[in-house]
Amino acid sequence: MSDSGILSGEFFMNGDEASAEGAISAGCRFFAGYPITPATEIAERMARRLPQVQGVCIQMEDEIASMAAILGASWGGIKSMTATSGPGFSLMMENIGLGMMTETPCVIVNIMRGGPSTGLPTLVGQADVMQARWGSHGDYEVIALSPSSPQEMFDLTIEAFNLSETFRLPVFVLSDELVGHMSEKVVIPPPEQIRLISRLRPTQTPDQYLPFMAGENLVPAMACAGEGFHVHVTGLTHDEQGYPQTVAQVHERTVRRLVDKIRFNTSRIVRVEEFQTADAEVVVVAYGCTSRTAREAVQILRSQGRKVGLLRLITLWPFPEETIRRTAQGIKAFIVPEINSGQIAYEVERCAQGRAETVLLPMMGGTIHTPEMIMEAVKEFLP
Amino acid sequence: MKIRYQPIVPFNREAVDRLIDEQHGLHPDDQYLKPGRIPHIWCPGCGLGVVLNTYINGLKMSGIPIDRSVVVSGIGCTGRVAGYLNMDTYHTTHGRAIPFATGISLARPDLSVTVFSGDGDLFAIGGNHFIHAARRNINLKVICVNNFNYGMTGGQVAPTTPVTARTTTTPYGNAEASFNLPYLAHASGAVYVARWTTFHARQLVNAIAETLAINGFTFIEVIAPCPIGYGRPNKIGSGLDEMIYYKENSVVRNGADPREADVSLRGKIVVGKFSEEKRPTFREDYEEKVLKKFRRTEG
Repeated sequence: MSDSGILSGEFFMNGDEASAEGAISAGCRFFAGYPITPATEIAERMARRLPQVQGVCIQMEDEIASMAAILGASWGGIKSMTATSGPGFSLMMENIGLGMMTETPCVIVNIMRGGPSTGLPTLVGQADVMQARWGSHGDYEVIALSPSSPQEMFDLTIEAFNLSETFRLPVFVLSDELVGHMSEKVVIPPPEQIRLISRLRPTQTPDQYLPFMAGENLVPAMACAGEGFHVHVTGLTHDEQGYPQTVAQVHERTVRRLVDKIRFNTSRIVRVEEFQTADAEVVVVAYGCTSRTAREAVQILRSQGRKVGLLRLITLWPFPEETIRRTAQGIKAFIVPEINSGQIAYEVERCAQGRAETVLLPMMGGTIHTPEMIMEAVKEFLP
Repeated sequence: MKIRYQPIVPFNREAVDRLIDEQHGLHPDDQYLKPGRIPHIWCPGCGLGVVLNTYINGLKMSGIPIDRSVVVSGIGCTGRVAGYLNMDTYHTTHGRAIPFATGISLARPDLSVTVFSGDGDLFAIGGNHFIHAARRNINLKVICVNNFNYGMTGGQVAPTTPVTARTTTTPYGNAEASFNLPYLAHASGAVYVARWTTFHARQLVNAIAETLAINGFTFIEVIAPCPIGYGRPNKIGSGLDEMIYYKENSVVRNGADPREADVSLRGKIVVGKFSEEKRPTFREDYEEKVLKKFRRTEG
């Protein structure tokens, strides 16, 4: 292990463990969590690994406290993370909103299982996609990444930290039980090959600094606790000084910036993988574990000469609207398999604007689609 | 779709600076208050002004500079204390000041972190966090301003409202037993437990200064008047009348068994420093028993 604590090398590990290693590699030095299947392995790995890099890992009394603690640690100037699954994700929602309103960088890993309620603790689901987008009350835009392999659990956890530090907000790694518990080869690169981004720091003197005054990129510089800036941080609507203002004009300005800093940077954030889409007449849109099945289906169909492609969503939020809009021109249909009753499919249909048909292949959870299910749906358009 | 946004009114920095130039710095303690934040929002007769003042004086007495001080609060009237203090202050979600402060304290063990919040915030919605932070002995100075009701929302029953007391949600009198906060804090593991009223301003200053020097989870309950939410429906009178009530009915019993510190509607109020003990904090134990194993020695 290098001085940075990064475990460079090749490993056989599961997605949860890879996510924890991604966090350590990204410089995360504070983890607060609560045991929950199927995310517990992340907390366990962090409990073992963080002390080795002089970081702190604490098991809190619940997920509400875990989320609050990582916000506090982030204001203490440390990169912080929590990991959970459905029920815990629900409990975190109010403090996720606090993180959005106070523009607090941190990472939340949600290893999705079947819901609602306690649902299927040990089995796969993908039904928290809309919850991640809209779960806390009020208006804000989110960033959610969807890994489809243990390697991506590592890579995208680092990416989540970089995005959270760049845009100053809690960022979601929205994985699922299958990817979390799947073991594959994971390559952890040497430290010098890992690109890390840190939050913008104030350049002004404390009496000139305005904690929520953003420049052209719409992201304010962040002064953390004990740095002499005497910042007031509140979940109330606040002005550029950070002072509470129960005024419509200030609310318009503040919330607009929270939304715009993501909306205006969507093209910088969005990542999709296009597989065999160039000449495709039918495109499967999939993410997470489902994209692995979809790829298999596309490969089989291609070997049979059918013009089908895969659009794998790496970024779920902000939604890759432009990609869908562009792809919709000149194809017959989008096929959207997802382990829920229909979430991303609505976004696909919205962006297709009637130019291509959208077919949802819902599955309530507990198991995954077979390639045949996807192939049959494609064959309706490409007999 | 097309979006037609409302025009944005930009932040008027000149107006803000002018307000600060004209109004900030007139009072000798203004260096402890955030420029441009006074007047405060509290009602006439409220005890929170006294508590804010005693905190400033306790901080002065402790000698801890404001650059090393952090205040975290939850939601409610007391939750607004944070926003007036000229230091790093965090106004969090309802009930969650303690876990948020836990994150700051563990990330920056060199800072002095105080949690200022009300009885409803700390002991109803936030009760679970309180007992666990006390058990872990997180290095937090908790000051609970207890006005026996939910003041911000207009006077509803709280877990501290004495039995038979009237609030807007107990119009026929409260039928629930209330928490004895010093007993709860002591039993949960707080290393310092005291209760004073806003009438005991000097004792309170001393207690705050005393806790600021302690490494560990300390608890001070401050009983404070809420003439609007609690005084009026219970015929206690104005804020001043409530102070007179504290004067006439408080019994100072330092070292008293906190089990005997129950509060009733018109009864005596036991005040004083109930307990102080020494045990390692979470951070000290984590350093000693965990982090030390992996610390590289120089050379």
